[in-house]
Amino acid sequence: MSQVRRETTLVKWSLISVALIYIGLFLLLPLAIVLTTGLSKGLGVYFSSLSEANTLAAIRLTLLTAAIAVPLNLVFGIAASWAIAKFDFHGKNFLLTLIDLPLSVSPIISGLIYVLMFGAQGVLGPWLMEHNIKVIFTPIAIILATIFVTFPMVARELIPLMKTQGNEEEEAALTLGASGFKTFWYVTLPNIKWGLLYGVILCNARAMGEFGAVSVVSGHIRGLTNTLPLHIEILYNEYQFTAAFAVASLLAFLALITLVVKSLIELKFHEELKSSRRSMH
Amino acid sequence: MFLLKTRNSLPGFNLALGYTVFYLSLIVLIPLSLLFFKTSTMGWAAFSEVIFSHRTMAAYRLSFGTAFVASCINVVFGFLIAWVLARYKFPGKRLVDAFIDLPFALPTAVAGIALTALYSSNGWVGQYLYKMGIQSAYSTLGITLALIFIGLPFIVRTIEPILQDLDPELEEAAASLGAGRWLTFTKVIFPVILPSLLTGFSLAFARCIGEYGSVVFIAGNMPGKTEIAPLLIITKLEQYDYTGATAIAVVMLLVSFLLLAFTNFLQWYTAKRIGMN
Repeated sequence: MSQVRRETTLVKWSLISVALIYIGLFLLLPLAIVLTTGLSKGLGVYFSSLSEANTLAAIRLTLLTAAIAVPLNLVFGIAASWAIAKFDFHGKNFLLTLIDLPLSVSPIISGLIYVLMFGAQGVLGPWLMEHNIKVIFTPIAIILATIFVTFPMVARELIPLMKTQGNEEEEAALTLGASGFKTFWYVTLPNIKWGLLYGVILCNARAMGEFGAVSVVSGHIRGLTNTLPLHIEILYNEYQFTAAFAVASLLAFLALITLVVKSLIELKFHEELKSSRRSMH
Repeated sequence: MFLLKTRNSLPGFNLALGYTVFYLSLIVLIPLSLLFFKTSTMGWAAFSEVIFSHRTMAAYRLSFGTAFVASCINVVFGFLIAWVLARYKFPGKRLVDAFIDLPFALPTAVAGIALTALYSSNGWVGQYLYKMGIQSAYSTLGITLALIFIGLPFIVRTIEPILQDLDPELEEAAASLGAGRWLTFTKVIFPVILPSLLTGFSLAFARCIGEYGSVVFIAGNMPGKTEIAPLLIITKLEQYDYTGATAIAVVMLLVSFLLLAFTNFLQWYTAKRIGMN
């Protein structure tokens, strides 16, 4: 950096200090209070609140939800990015906007639309009731709402990445006689694997942590339709603060692991991911 | 509607696009369209009665007002943080940079109870604020504080790459013509990054108006005072008032779509301008 682009040392360090204080106050303190409050009554209480039956049920449902939602959105992400990044067609930008829609919808509205679909007064409600099928207030609704809120998260990482890589390598493989699937498996997939992992990690973090959308469709039935975030809310509202924060610390650790893996991928594959990171929101 | 523009030797276009459109319709478009369908069956009188009621208007004012204030504060400090991260070297910078994304990664319910514990009357920060007579939890201020947490990364992550890519020659030219740092900043740098500041602002604002998890614990949830619009939707649903909930949601959704169109325009404008340089 040339001399003319520098501020004086005093200005520079004042700006850095203000930035760090702001980050400390608004980001670091909330994280610190989760970790310390969860442990405030000792490790014994911490682990006993984690091994309580309803907590374990919530952990199981959260894992199940992510295990279904993430792979489905991964398959969608690959299909969408193959069509959008490798081909040129009319209406592409419109399609991109539609794919991103779930990110601009309030989580509460994301839950509401499934109530309007499957609820007792919903479009499919009478039909479902006739056939004795329950969707709302069951894990199925939780999984559907989670799929909705994490819908574009893999696609939006892959599309810009595949775009920058172009079609030459795939065309070469096809010319040499590889089948379409083999070309994808041996040429495209190795090229996009880090972007893929990046998208999956962000998608997973959101899937496991979603609260608003899931809260609308869950019905909050203990041991049955409570995910970890919903279980935290119940514990908190019952003034079981230590237990609430102990369970919250699990999700905080998940968030930290997500951030670490995400930064490692960015660090190692900086250039490759540069374009995709730019359109992250 | 989706016709290939040019010949392309790669296979799988029909399958990939077909599946994309099918899955998109099933998960997003059909459920989302129900919101408008349900509203259209209400009639204008019933619709306006819900959305112009005292309680709904108060919830909108609160949600939009706090989102606006929080995003304004974040634009100033988010810009400062982006500047520091893009321009300066200091120990631990990489860690700080990674940490900015915490609000993206931390589940909103966790953030919600943490912020409430922090700002309540016996919390780490709250105890000092309450002593000064500032009620930092269960108040409009509490909602704003939560929204500051949620919105920050949207602004930093929008501005940071623009600052990194800023052509050094622009600033050098300004300096060689005798401009000081402050003049260079206000006359050269600021106009270039203004569209990204606006983009970051609207992304954060859009996220904040719909935010629920991090706000609901610290909000207080008093109807007409500290009840945010997303919570009012839930309250209506719990009273089996589906049409009321839908009416409130449709208005919020339309605002989100307007903001989305605005940010898309800004991003298109920025890309065009950078392309021209």
